[in-house]
Amino acid sequence: MIWIDTIIQGVLLGGLYALFAAGLSLVFGIMRLVNLAHGDLIIFAAYLILLLVSLLGLSPFLAAIIAAPIMFGVGWALQRHVLNRVLGPDILPPLLVTFGLSVVLQNALLEGFSADSQRLPTGEIATASVQLGGLNLGVLPLLTFASAILVIVGLNQLFYRTELGRAFRATSDDAVTAGLMGIRPERIFATATAIAMLVVTLAALYLGMRANFDPNIGPARLIYAFEAVIIGGLGSLWGTLVGGVIIGVAQTLGAAINPEWQILAGHLAFLIVLLIKPRGLFPRAVD
Amino acid sequence: MADIPMYRVRTQTRASYSAGAVCVVLIAVFILLPAFAGRGLIQDLFFIFTMLVLAQFWNLLAGYGGLVSVGQQAFVGMGAYAMFGGVILWGMDPVPAILLGGVAALIVAIPTAFFAFRLQGAYFAIGTWVIAEVMRLLVAQWKLLGGGTGTSLPRTATREMWATEWIQATFDVRGAAARDILTYWLALGLVIATIAGIYWLLRTKRGLALAAVRDNVEAAKSVGVDAARMKWLVYLVSAMGTGLTGALIYVQKVRISPDAAFSVTDWTAYVIFIVVIGGIGTIEGPILGVLVFFILQSLLADYGSWYLMVLGLIGIVVMLFAPRGLWGLISEKTGLQLFPVRRRLVLTNPQDGANTPKTDK
Repeated sequence: MIWIDTIIQGVLLGGLYALFAAGLSLVFGIMRLVNLAHGDLIIFAAYLILLLVSLLGLSPFLAAIIAAPIMFGVGWALQRHVLNRVLGPDILPPLLVTFGLSVVLQNALLEGFSADSQRLPTGEIATASVQLGGLNLGVLPLLTFASAILVIVGLNQLFYRTELGRAFRATSDDAVTAGLMGIRPERIFATATAIAMLVVTLAALYLGMRANFDPNIGPARLIYAFEAVIIGGLGSLWGTLVGGVIIGVAQTLGAAINPEWQILAGHLAFLIVLLIKPRGLFPRAVD
Repeated sequence: MADIPMYRVRTQTRASYSAGAVCVVLIAVFILLPAFAGRGLIQDLFFIFTMLVLAQFWNLLAGYGGLVSVGQQAFVGMGAYAMFGGVILWGMDPVPAILLGGVAALIVAIPTAFFAFRLQGAYFAIGTWVIAEVMRLLVAQWKLLGGGTGTSLPRTATREMWATEWIQATFDVRGAAARDILTYWLALGLVIATIAGIYWLLRTKRGLALAAVRDNVEAAKSVGVDAARMKWLVYLVSAMGTGLTGALIYVQKVRISPDAAFSVTDWTAYVIFIVVIGGIGTIEGPILGVLVFFILQSLLADYGSWYLMVLGLIGIVVMLFAPRGLWGLISEKTGLQLFPVRRRLVLTNPQDGANTPKTDK
């Protein structure tokens, strides 16, 4: 029974990792850009929510609703004014610029909020749980997992059912030809990053309520997100969820055996998948 | 028939001759420096030299090989830990144990490359990072070498290190200062060997193949370059060089911990900024970059995280507005190349060229 419990906790943790990864997956799918600052942007959003909570005395959920449009704007401006300049056949400039951004964000947060770890005030929801067939499931992890599924359903709907989604797919396939059809790729890219920042805000909300965070933990979140994306296969959002779940389960199982092995077990699961299926479990895009 | 002018392939320029002469003088000065310089300067130069070696190898990897790795700290850490293992477990002298560090880095680089080469471009970058993290976490489990908290070199080993006695007697200094001088000389040797080795590599047929792969993989393959083999070559050479440097750095530091030895900031972020600011894809770039880096560090040392923030911002600005770095700007304006690798055709012996038409008539 304790193993089933551990695995279910891992699956639910995977929901959080899928939320970390969905934004990364979205941006990569549309413009082949890997944002090395993705993890730090999650932490940045978490501090933004924390700031709103402590300044305005809001609940974290309300604060996240206010933070979302701000992050949307940050994403838009970042893509429009910085990242669009370095997109091109050469992968070096975008990698180095986002790496620089990661270092800048991390140290700006350190300067602004110190290295002390913080947590979003959660009230009763943090400890609330439901009984389900003999298992005790936390409400917050369940909510996180449900949000991850909603986000993925939502993004898939956006991609395949809306005009914007068509523009996304067209730009992803061939930005120049899409341009000839009246689509402006630089705006499409900016919109995509802005939407990714909405997902980042949601991820930050659950991250901040679930555990302590400090300015230095961004890169580790980037790595989990990246592992989820690779395990799932590039371009498949449902695959990303599966990837997140695999990392989550591996981590909780590792931690159950020896607390020091938690992170290591997640990485090893990733390496094993990479060894067996280098293109991930559900590959869609060819890159 | 003899109308064809005679050409010869040349890479040297006038500037490269002067640069060579300056290098020889500089090397002589650096070798003799411990005789009249203070310990602080020697330590600063050790830092500059080791960062320069790391930067040159990362530049070889990313600038020439097109392999942007964010996981070079894996090899610094493995090299350093192998050196510690050799000293603590096998009772080796720290100086030869540095070689062990290089070999260990080379050995772990083989499976690492096997995994990382399955990933392309940006994913390769994060993949190398994951592998470095795995190594950090594994080493932290190695209780004999201190586990997560780390350990120090035993005092007997550092006291009886090769050549320190001779240095103590010659320069009339204490043990710790003698060790600084020894590691400084080793670092100097490593810098010279690295720059000379990379420069030699780039001027050989392999270097040409490397440049071709960097510029266009498909085109390079079509003229018979084995692109995959070039990637392996560059990756393994960089890993070994980085491992040697890591081991040397920790002979000087004496104390090690997994978090420090596998630090992405110290061994990869700094190195990337040095190369980017100085100019990626050139030998001169990292040299200029490490000087800028050191000056910035001295100026901003008291400001803690502001320093890294400024460094990151400069890196971004350089990448956006001068993607070829400071050296790129300089060589664009002046045409200066201190370590030229470009092959040019020059007319040989213009008199012959003038004479031949006459004989034809």
